[in-house]
Amino acid sequence: MIATQMAVPAPDPKSIPANAPEHCPGTESDLAGKSEACAGCDNQSICASGVTKVPDPALPFIKARMAQVKRKILILSGKGGVGKSTFTAQLGWAFASEEDTQTGIMDVDICGPSIPTILGIASEQVHSSTSGWSPVYVQDNMAVMSVGFMLPSSRDAIMWRGPKKNGLISQFLKDVDWGPLDYLLVDTPPGTSDEHLSIVQYLKESGIDGAVLITTPQEVALQDVRREIDFCRKVGIRILGLVENMSGFVCPNCKGESQIFKPTTGGAKKLAEDMGVELLGSVPLDPRIGKSADYGVSFLDEHPDSPATTAYLDIIDKIKEILGD
Amino acid sequence: MSNQESAVTRRLQSVKHIILVLSGKGGVGKSSVSTQLALNLYKSTPTAKVGILDVDLTGPSIPRMFGVDDKGVHQSTNGWVPVYADGPTARLACMSVGFLLKNKGDSVVWRGPKKNGMIRQFLSDVRWGELDYLVIDTPPGTSDEHLSLMEHLTGVHSKLSAVIVTTPQAVALMDAIKCVSFTRAVNLPVLGLIENMSGYVCPCCGEISNVFSTGGGSELARKEELRFLGSLPVDTELVSLLDGGPSGQGADFTLLARYEKTSSATLFGEITGGIMQGLDRT
Repeated sequence: MIATQMAVPAPDPKSIPANAPEHCPGTESDLAGKSEACAGCDNQSICASGVTKVPDPALPFIKARMAQVKRKILILSGKGGVGKSTFTAQLGWAFASEEDTQTGIMDVDICGPSIPTILGIASEQVHSSTSGWSPVYVQDNMAVMSVGFMLPSSRDAIMWRGPKKNGLISQFLKDVDWGPLDYLLVDTPPGTSDEHLSIVQYLKESGIDGAVLITTPQEVALQDVRREIDFCRKVGIRILGLVENMSGFVCPNCKGESQIFKPTTGGAKKLAEDMGVELLGSVPLDPRIGKSADYGVSFLDEHPDSPATTAYLDIIDKIKEILGD
Repeated sequence: MSNQESAVTRRLQSVKHIILVLSGKGGVGKSSVSTQLALNLYKSTPTAKVGILDVDLTGPSIPRMFGVDDKGVHQSTNGWVPVYADGPTARLACMSVGFLLKNKGDSVVWRGPKKNGMIRQFLSDVRWGELDYLVIDTPPGTSDEHLSLMEHLTGVHSKLSAVIVTTPQAVALMDAIKCVSFTRAVNLPVLGLIENMSGYVCPCCGEISNVFSTGGGSELARKEELRFLGSLPVDTELVSLLDGGPSGQGADFTLLARYEKTSSATLFGEITGGIMQGLDRT
């Protein structure tokens, strides 16, 4: 077996220009403009001159904006479609159910923003004021920002490479008039790539309070979550815990429970034990969750009798407890 | 750059059809559809040669689905030798970043340029040989990986076509529309749309529940004037089969035999028929 290109040992979230060569050391690296890979790169002379090594000018502005945010929580998962956005929305609604808790939700999934649909605000627009972009308010104490609000039509695909996505994420943190917030929930796209590195890099100084990892019971999803845990450890994000979604399905007709996605390798419980991560809880699959998300209503409010609601509320209590709120 | 592009073109000269499996949203079943498509194309004729390339670099699932996640890639003078899921028959070649990781829990934390380089290598340095079909499984979204693929495959654009996978929920359909816009922007012919996870049959009472609602896929296909290839219900047998891990007996390739027993295999046979018709037309 050959080890062609291993993952970078400790990800050094760095700004790599769009036209950089494959092994670009990063414009902020000491090797910028001097490494072998730099030969022939259009940016070599700029990198070698040293001007790129100054910290990102956006960082102080992000720090100022984020100073008003008490808790910053990332919702992560290696795999797509496991329920990150749904969970983010439920968590947001649960926090915002207390009238004096200010909650913000930031959707950094640039190529597939789901948050506007799930929260039922897909047709809203972002307005700009002197103090920055005004987020969209679902209710008085719940502000939302997503690239979905900025597209002329929901049909439009955003075909952006990394650096452009990073630019927008930085703007979401620096230019959005969040105001004072108790919680800022960041919904991420699947994987461990540009968006994730950027958000970690931009929030480094302000500090991230922790990450909630979402998975489903199959091994294919667990494999990706193992990678995500590895990522969190590499970049030093505290893992608040693991949520197992879509675990078990209760038939609305016979009330019999069956496993759609079988935990062939022990499910999230085993993974949590193996990796030394807390399992926050398991949420059963309820078809009404998907329906609530499609109609943009709060599942917790619509179906307080569902076992999934109980599971969600328990998980949310646990998260608050871990954070010490 | 231009001689690297021609390396890809040269390498893929001996491939007849390249099928990209796309979806805007994650977790709708791109990898399981790619797997099923590869298996169905494989059994379509006794000599069909199929390749499957997993360009989901930060979350590769293909090795697990084919039960080869314990295998590695070998280097030869003529490039990397892909992993053959069917053992010595060597008609089903797989390539994924998963084969290159020392430890399967390792995360691949790469930004765009590095992903771009890896994809170029997958296309130019893998010894695919003669292939009838190359199925490419993509990550969710319309970003670096997709743009890189289109860029590197310019030289063989006439062989390209795409299949779009969605689930019936509104959120997935919205992302599927974005995906359709993407294929139009890059001038990629679409063979059709597959609706996955439409309905679940309760194993105790046989009641069909629409876990993620139903019918949205055919409606979308009609509106966008795409061919609707078919819908696939949630099949727990298939989930367990593809999630099962290494079968331990690579030589006799039991995956296909076990797959043929699932209820999805019958449904997917028709979908494959539709895809092959579409390929003949292009």
